[in-house]
Amino acid sequence: MIAHSVFFYIFSLIAIVSAVMVTVSKNTVHSVFFLILDFISISCLFIMIGAEFLGMIMLIVYVGAVAVLFLFVVMMLNVAEQKGQWFSSRWDGGTHIPVGLLVSLIIFFELIIVIGGWKYKPDLLNSLSINISTEVTNTRSIGNVLYTDYILLFQISGMILLVAMIGAIVLTYRERAGVKRQSYVKQISRERDEGVDLVEAEKNKGVKIDV
Amino acid sequence: MDSYFSILFTEVYKILILLVPVLVSVAMIVWLDRRVWAFVQKRRGPNVVGPFGLFQSLADALKYIFKEIIIPASSNKLVFVLAPIVTMTLALISWAVIPFGKDFVLADINVGILYLFAVSSLGVYGIIMGGWASNSKYPFLGAIRSAAQMVSYEVSIGVIIINVLLCVGSLNLSDIVIAQQNLWFVIPLFPMFVIFFISALAETNRPPFDLPEAEAELVAGYQTEYSGMMYAMFWLGEYANILLMCAMGSVLFLGGWLSPIDIFPFNAIPAPFWLIFKILFLFILFALVKATVPRYRYDQLMKLGWKIFLPFSLFYVVLTSSFLLYFDLLPGK
Repeated sequence: MIAHSVFFYIFSLIAIVSAVMVTVSKNTVHSVFFLILDFISISCLFIMIGAEFLGMIMLIVYVGAVAVLFLFVVMMLNVAEQKGQWFSSRWDGGTHIPVGLLVSLIIFFELIIVIGGWKYKPDLLNSLSINISTEVTNTRSIGNVLYTDYILLFQISGMILLVAMIGAIVLTYRERAGVKRQSYVKQISRERDEGVDLVEAEKNKGVKIDV
Repeated sequence: MDSYFSILFTEVYKILILLVPVLVSVAMIVWLDRRVWAFVQKRRGPNVVGPFGLFQSLADALKYIFKEIIIPASSNKLVFVLAPIVTMTLALISWAVIPFGKDFVLADINVGILYLFAVSSLGVYGIIMGGWASNSKYPFLGAIRSAAQMVSYEVSIGVIIINVLLCVGSLNLSDIVIAQQNLWFVIPLFPMFVIFFISALAETNRPPFDLPEAEAELVAGYQTEYSGMMYAMFWLGEYANILLMCAMGSVLFLGGWLSPIDIFPFNAIPAPFWLIFKILFLFILFALVKATVPRYRYDQLMKLGWKIFLPFSLFYVVLTSSFLLYFDLLPGK
């Protein structure tokens, strides 16, 4: 088991250091890269405890999709310039420091509650209702409970995501006037008769074309 | 402690046995690609270096090695150097789970197909990093295009994989191949195979979806600032990814290492050769597409991915699962 614990400490060290670097590094794009490193090392930790399905889903969803969109936004917007403004009081909307403090306080109390729970109920793992069997793969065991015992929660979270997605589209959608759209049906169904028009042109007058 | 080292040595040995042929075949496949491309256009293609020009890739590699690596002064140097390394590494590590035969696989993991999918979705980072670190407009535009394109087509590949998994009942790649013993999935899931093939073209930035490196608009896209060996690594990584997509297609739909008919002259050929034949078949299709099809416009590409492929493959998931449920064919019961 020596190799196992060595790898555990390597991955946890990478995870912690990169989590710190996310907040510390000056360049925002570097922060996102460190966030990706963090995700990857955490998914390695998941795989090490035998939750290979969770680890892979973590890679696919967070690293493969979410972090790409993060990078997209950070690269497209000039975040570095705005960041300087956020901490100076001369910016129009005031500073973000009070809001940041509030959020961090809430997270701090949540952490206290989580760690406190450990202290009062250390045998949390024993009280789990699901019996874990080592014979079935964990993809199958997740599927067994997710679509039977927890179907309601699963569907509610799906609904919340759907509503969030629609909300995001509604917030950002702007209808622009005068956008030319390609219609394949219109293009293909164009015939010679309607496409070509033979016109007798009068001398010195020309033809008026209106499309 | 001794056993650790012996395990380490056998694993390294196995990895080398796998990686060296993959790298050599990547070099050969570049030659094949150019030859097929040339024959379609009635040209000769590379035919000077070695017999039939077989050593052209070696000559190219030699040229790239001895060229100077130029790192732009205003680039982000660390990320700039990391980008080709990331591309190459990600293209190679996914070969670990490809089964070349029964029990002939480096890592027979339970979530093999998810691993393949995850690694191929990480492939976009090499391109984004390269494009961003170059600190130049064309590479950046190429990187942004590529990111949007790969994320879009990954969605439909994911749904197609779900279709196959419904018929198999396991995420293990060897199980997926064994499940096709009687009927390759290309027959019942033929529309999905076509969509997978087209999405694989988009995923690997091949024509007609090579907008990230559209030479008419973006010089060479994200590779513009790269030179010498670093460019060659991007290039090799790209081809290794194409081969990987072909391997994935043959494992998912064409029955992996299985022979088409289980009678004497066919099943005498060793299993890995069948997989190699299928990979080559898909690769030649890739090359033919490259030679014949003009490039898509960007809005058409997005429309195809999100408005046609995604709804259709979702519909096919419903169709497959209801079919399996109705005829009581669901696996794993």
